[in-house]
Amino acid sequence: MTTRMFGESVARVEDDRFLRGTGRYVDDLGAGALQAAVLRSPHAHARIVDIDVSAVLDVDGVHAVFTYDDLQGPMAEPLPLLIPHPALTHGRTQYALAKDEVNHVGEAIAFVVADDRYLAEDAVDKIVVTYEFLPPVVGLAAARAAERLVHDDVPGNVAARLQQHVGDAPSAIAAAPHRLSLDLDIERSASTPMEGRGVLARWDTDSARMQVWTSTQTSTGVRAAVAAKLGLDLGQVDVITPDVGGGFGVKIVHPWPEELLVPLAARVLGEPVKFIEDRREHFISAAHERAQVQHVEVGFDDDGRLLGLDVEFWHDNGAYTPYGLIVPIITSTQLLGPYKPHNYRVTFESLYTNTVIVTPYRGAGRPQGVYAMERTMDAIAAYLGKDRAEVRAANFIQPDEFPYDHHLTFQDGRPLIYDSGDYPQLLDKITALIGWDGFEAERAEAAARGRRLGIGLACYVEGTGVGPYEGAHVHVETSGKVKVAIGLTTQGQGHQTAFAQIVADELGVPFESVEVVTGDTRRMPYAVGTFASRAAVMSGSAVQLAARKTKEKALRIAAEALEASVDDLEIVEGSVRVKGAPDSSIALGTVAVLSNPLRYAFDEASGAATQFSVGDPGKPPVADGEEPGLEAREFYSPERSTFAAGMHAVVVDIDPDTAEIEIVRYAVVHDCGNLINPMIVQGQIHGGVAQGVGGALYERMEYDEFGQLLNASFMDFLMPYVTEVPDGIEIDHLETPSPLNKLGIKGAGEAGVIPSAALFASAVEDAERLTPSGLAITAMPISPSQLFELRAQHRKDPS
Amino acid sequence: MKPAPFAYARPTDLASAVEALAGNADAKVLAGGQSLVPLLSMRLAAPAMLVDINRLPDLDHVTSDASGVRVGALARHAAVLADDEARRIQPLLALALANVAHATIRNRGTTVGSLVHADAAAEMPVVLCLLGGSVDVVGPRGRRTVAAADLFLGPLESSLAHDEIAVEAFFPALAAHTGVAFREVARRHGDYALCGVAGLVRLEGPRIAEARAGYLSVSDVPTVIDLTPALSSSESLSDEALAAAGELALAALDPQGDIHGTAAYRAQLVRALTARTLRAAYDDAGRRREQP
Repeated sequence: MTTRMFGESVARVEDDRFLRGTGRYVDDLGAGALQAAVLRSPHAHARIVDIDVSAVLDVDGVHAVFTYDDLQGPMAEPLPLLIPHPALTHGRTQYALAKDEVNHVGEAIAFVVADDRYLAEDAVDKIVVTYEFLPPVVGLAAARAAERLVHDDVPGNVAARLQQHVGDAPSAIAAAPHRLSLDLDIERSASTPMEGRGVLARWDTDSARMQVWTSTQTSTGVRAAVAAKLGLDLGQVDVITPDVGGGFGVKIVHPWPEELLVPLAARVLGEPVKFIEDRREHFISAAHERAQVQHVEVGFDDDGRLLGLDVEFWHDNGAYTPYGLIVPIITSTQLLGPYKPHNYRVTFESLYTNTVIVTPYRGAGRPQGVYAMERTMDAIAAYLGKDRAEVRAANFIQPDEFPYDHHLTFQDGRPLIYDSGDYPQLLDKITALIGWDGFEAERAEAAARGRRLGIGLACYVEGTGVGPYEGAHVHVETSGKVKVAIGLTTQGQGHQTAFAQIVADELGVPFESVEVVTGDTRRMPYAVGTFASRAAVMSGSAVQLAARKTKEKALRIAAEALEASVDDLEIVEGSVRVKGAPDSSIALGTVAVLSNPLRYAFDEASGAATQFSVGDPGKPPVADGEEPGLEAREFYSPERSTFAAGMHAVVVDIDPDTAEIEIVRYAVVHDCGNLINPMIVQGQIHGGVAQGVGGALYERMEYDEFGQLLNASFMDFLMPYVTEVPDGIEIDHLETPSPLNKLGIKGAGEAGVIPSAALFASAVEDAERLTPSGLAITAMPISPSQLFELRAQHRKDPS
Repeated sequence: MKPAPFAYARPTDLASAVEALAGNADAKVLAGGQSLVPLLSMRLAAPAMLVDINRLPDLDHVTSDASGVRVGALARHAAVLADDEARRIQPLLALALANVAHATIRNRGTTVGSLVHADAAAEMPVVLCLLGGSVDVVGPRGRRTVAAADLFLGPLESSLAHDEIAVEAFFPALAAHTGVAFREVARRHGDYALCGVAGLVRLEGPRIAEARAGYLSVSDVPTVIDLTPALSSSESLSDEALAAAGELALAALDPQGDIHGTAAYRAQLVRALTARTLRAAYDDAGRRREQP
């Protein structure tokens, strides 16, 4: 039997080209294409009185300039509201180019196409826009105060208000022996992938076809949007996703204005057009996430067991709501983590501000929810004088309680039911891994050296693998090579490796003979996209189903050729053979030849399938119910999401004088069901932890009162360098299979980033001991300067 | 992020470079480009002309003798950092250079360029000031030597005339019985410091005869402060004396707040880093006395 590939740390086939610099990204394509640049609003809130492009029109090398007035038909309508929700009573989306009003610094106003990007930027500088300034709404306090409105027709700046509840939280809290209230803040950050947005389009006049290459997390989504907005049939549009240099959520928004304007310009000009975003543009015109203000009321017993939990939070959705309420809904449901609240009520308002839009960024609302819940757990432990791990353990859903129904509605519109898990075991593993029990001795030893050590712990549950579906197409060529196409895109996750592992196992072929193509609508036109830690669950399952169906067909054809029963056959190393009689075999490539009855022979192999060589003259060459070709297409559509879980712990060492926070060690215990490729999962955790460290200790979006983003560069937006992330991350896995798919897998893409804000708040608070009991750190991220100011504040007012 | 149009000259001798610079009032010198090129790309600077001096001969030297270290205008930070003789003659150079940005930037950025860029958040201007070094400049009126104390006029403003090119910096050697140290706190490794301190302590017997420190990122221009009065009475460094030195330094500095740190936090860094740097410089002086 061939060695099973599933579960093996197979080296990634992608890495050779990535490490050698031979990956092909959008900007590597379309040499000689015209280049676009965008005039973006320098103001957070203003009415556009006039746009004068006359100085641009005569510039040598400029081919076209577009403003709103040049847009027609569907292009002149607002961009789509991608995920409507009944509670989103005041959803608003932008225009591809601003119409009359701009609502954040960076909003697109004019689009210039020139010979190269230098000329296009020169031309942008020559456009004169006359603005009438409007007062900007910046930050959640201003949005809630609603003294100024972002959109005139949205009262109170409230896009949506949504409440869910189970039981009667207010009464349970009122009757509880102990009660606490918490007010919490969490700041904005952003995906900031290494490669920004980029799009290239070519209109083929001869065949009336639009081809678009874009750095996206959903090629089918962009395709549908381009077709709808440009008035083309879906069948006229191909969207191809080349190598993508990271997405982390921001590239799931579709379409971006540029994803429509580039194809539009290509069609108008009859020449290929390219737009490559620069870093400043990414900061001010892509998307951000995370900012929320939260209020928690909790009632609990002497053991710290939750009796009632009542959470209200205010979510900053930026200037528009193209992605609906996904982020705050995830916060409101995933906040519960591995715990049983008994009575729970959650209410949120999603509010407009004159800032960049907020759409999912890796974690997608979960970091905020986990922050609220874990701060609450720490506060309960501090209040009762109990160990933080003990209080958490008292609240866990137990292994025998799965499937566990929270009686709430999740982000996919389906019930929030946890499929499987073992939280007590995760806690045992994480406390052992970090050295929780021996920590007090370590702390005392460090204190003797004048250092402040602290330890933190945070737990989370992540709904992964949301629907509606994904598909896969598996095709065995006559050479025996296996070509696999999946519709969702890839941004560096290693899909070409992981899915080839599944196919190799299922079909019985060597791993090396499998080639996986992702995100090309010509190869797989039905797909959703890569987000919500769903690729492995969704496409992995679809790939397995398609490979299995291909195998069944191969066995039927081979059974006839070998004059054997299907049940007696197996496929090993790319050959179908009779079990126990390996000499009686037929190569899978030959089966592929036989699967496609031919009139003509083009080579020696195909001669075997021609009409005088094969087949029963008494039957049709293609049997009833069969199709030519050794291939299959299958789709996977689960009933609901599968729930991964994990726990992180960290030890920090804080300088008593400079308040610098150093990570001593970091541990992760993670349960994403069965692992397809442990090395890839480990890489996902490493990357997530690095991003989480950034979000907890370094990154924030520094908007001033005028809505100007003060740190729109990597000089001032402090994405951590390798020197800021832990040198080593201790990782342990638990594998609790999901009962929802045949592979037993759960998603792993976002986990590493989810608990960071909660975790570092816990650890820094533990090191600093700023208050005798209760909560000191209520705002994240935290910088050394902020910690220094917090120390000063608590010295002055030690309550 | 593409620069606005500019004229470009790449002369191969110094006289032509000076001539090109003198011929265009809006011309700028391009050496390592690690500060200028980002400014151009973000269109925060748009000079009419760049005079690229990278092809000028004989300017990439790092030469050391008993008097000190001479660094040519085209010597990269990395070359100065790697020069063992320079490190022996004036150890503060390498101590500070290790904090200048990242290896990739040090591979291109020039030490002399960093001096005449006159950024009060940069390491090398403070080092030049603390050591009492100088910069040689060449212009239409010939060659002159500008003392460090006369070089820095204000934020990003040096005393060089528009048509002058800095050709060499001179860092004096470490004097006998003297120790040096460098400490800085930055948000991320290699970032501009929130506060940085270069310290120098000279001993006479067991007594501190001289203690001075140079500060970056907490004033408009690189600032050197004589801290001897706070320390000269003590034979070994007490915490109280070091704290007094910090307060003495703060009285002459003006830390400002920004998005990375409040003014109060930077003041705290002045206190903490003054103490740490002086102690390290003092220990260094002691070690050197024992191992001449």
